[in-house]
Amino acid sequence: MSRLKLTGISKNFGAIQALSSVTLDVAPGEVLGLMGDNGAGKSTLVKIIAGNFRPSSGQIMIDDAPVVFHKPRDAQTGGVEVVYQDLALCNNLTAASNVFLGREAMRKFGPLRLLDYPTMNRRAGELFKVLKSETRARDVVRRMSGGQRQAVAIARTLLSEPKIVLMDEPTAAISVRQVAEVLDLIRRLRDRGISVILISHRMPDVFGVADRIAVLRRGELVASKATATSSPEEVTGLITGAIETA
Amino acid sequence: MTTLDDIIGRSEHKSAANRITSVPVFWVILAAIAACVALTLLTDTFATQRNVFNVMRNFTFVAIIAIGMTVVIASGGIDLSVGSTVVLTAMVLSVLMTAGWSFPAAAFVALLAALAVGAFNGVLIAYAGMPPFVVTLGTLSGARSLAMVLSNNQMIYEFGPDQSLLLWLGGGSSLGIPHPTFVLAGLMVAMALILRWTRWGQYVFAIGGNEQAAILNGISVKFQKVTIYMFAAFTAGLTGILMTGWLGSVTTNLGQSMELAVIAAAVIGGANLAGGEGTAVGAVVGAFLIEVIRNSLILLGISTFWQGMFIGTFIIVAVAFDRFRNRRSA
Ligand SMILES: Nc1ncnc2c1ncn2[C@@H]1O[C@H](COP(=O)(O)OP(=O)(O)OP(=O)(O)O)[C@@H](O)[C@H]1O
Ligand SMILES: [Mg+2]
Repeated sequence: MSRLKLTGISKNFGAIQALSSVTLDVAPGEVLGLMGDNGAGKSTLVKIIAGNFRPSSGQIMIDDAPVVFHKPRDAQTGGVEVVYQDLALCNNLTAASNVFLGREAMRKFGPLRLLDYPTMNRRAGELFKVLKSETRARDVVRRMSGGQRQAVAIARTLLSEPKIVLMDEPTAAISVRQVAEVLDLIRRLRDRGISVILISHRMPDVFGVADRIAVLRRGELVASKATATSSPEEVTGLITGAIETA
Repeated sequence: MTTLDDIIGRSEHKSAANRITSVPVFWVILAAIAACVALTLLTDTFATQRNVFNVMRNFTFVAIIAIGMTVVIASGGIDLSVGSTVVLTAMVLSVLMTAGWSFPAAAFVALLAALAVGAFNGVLIAYAGMPPFVVTLGTLSGARSLAMVLSNNQMIYEFGPDQSLLLWLGGGSSLGIPHPTFVLAGLMVAMALILRWTRWGQYVFAIGGNEQAAILNGISVKFQKVTIYMFAAFTAGLTGILMTGWLGSVTTNLGQSMELAVIAAAVIGGANLAGGEGTAVGAVVGAFLIEVIRNSLILLGISTFWQGMFIGTFIIVAVAFDRFRNRRSA
């Protein structure tokens, strides 16, 4: 069984061919490291799986059933959650409000439906505990460290027991200690049977946590192989084009 | 041994004083109270019933629109057209009432005119992606022009059969409080609750904080923006109706450059021009503070030419204060 199966996914923005016929398989509970140079099409692929873009052609299957996502909410319903490249957090809101953004817990008061802050704070607190993160539900995101912000973005993906979590460069621009925290968070997702696609430019992170590595070069998938059978040198060669395919 | 839970629990219970002082509106209220106390001690005219009544009536109109403006600013936008929406609404109301319409019917249509201005602003900003500053600068010019066309640029001072009702609503008072101030109080309480306890309120701040994040999380940002500009226009329309009743006449320069006082009130009250922050109570206190300053200059016998300088200084101090506070906590 495959958790996520992409077949012949292509995407063009006008004349720009961002992705050409990408075919890829991800197993349940597998961490896939997705690598590639700037502009290789990594974010575009993530946004297609997450329902932000429709592919120009190709098919997406989740648990062997074809799916079509018209908007991000469809993908969430289908079990796909995303941590975006810039995290997509609102700095002025609390951690709990960010975790629930767009899916707020509501409470009925007669004809009124009001935000249920106690429930949201409690649930967010539980999720941070699951992630073993020292993040407080009521704190405003603006005052948080890079690692805590990551925890908020990742906690958001856990809100509805997802099947697949996509992470676009979660370890860019944070300190070494915080990177270790994020990699731990990813392992915790995997331990819950969630498939993770991790985009990163950082070789040690990918080799540290990924079961398999896929490489995109100018919109084409040039490799998808077990981490154990590859090496940073080979992957670097695949990214730059020094090695054609593997 | 201390566990992680202990540490989290301990830091969660910040001291009450710490929490209160970190709320921007706290300082504005403190400044307003300080100004009132000082004026009560310095003059024997400030705390008179008559003067307090005047202050209340004068700040109410700016305060009502400042609530609408605060919502717009908190969402990351700006609305320069409120002053023109005031005059357009007032004109539609008075032209219809002069033609014999009842007050409720004329007020309804006048508010629809205001909402139309807001919807026009909102659609161009949200769906056509035009900058709020430019769009509302356009309607600032356009709406006032429409009001002139409508009235043929003449003063209107007769309002048909429901004239006394209109004058009572805008100019009357009960329990020593001007009627528009009751409207303000109701609006303030309603908006404070709506901003805090509804999805709509939450999304105002989400859009102002990070519009891209709001979109990625599936919030209908465009539609929400239209409703935000319509709400601001609604507060302007409400003010137009109440001002008509207060003044007992309408000319086409009603509400001229009112947007400046309104934006000043919102900003002094803690609305962040970069988006993401602002409260209904803050807007009202900001408007109140401006009026107290204006009033005190008169009572202290300082030339009213200094008024603009004081208000300008206050805006800059308020923003500088906010910067300082954020830097310290960052
Ligand atoms: N919305 C868009 N409209 C037009 N072109 C786009 C759009 N999004 C991406 N592209 C183009 O598609 C190509 C792939 O971009 P993408 O963002 O997927 O790259 P990436 O691999 O994520 O790069 P990076 O490592 O810099 O994040 C680029 O040439 C980019 O300019
Ligand atoms: Mg990218």
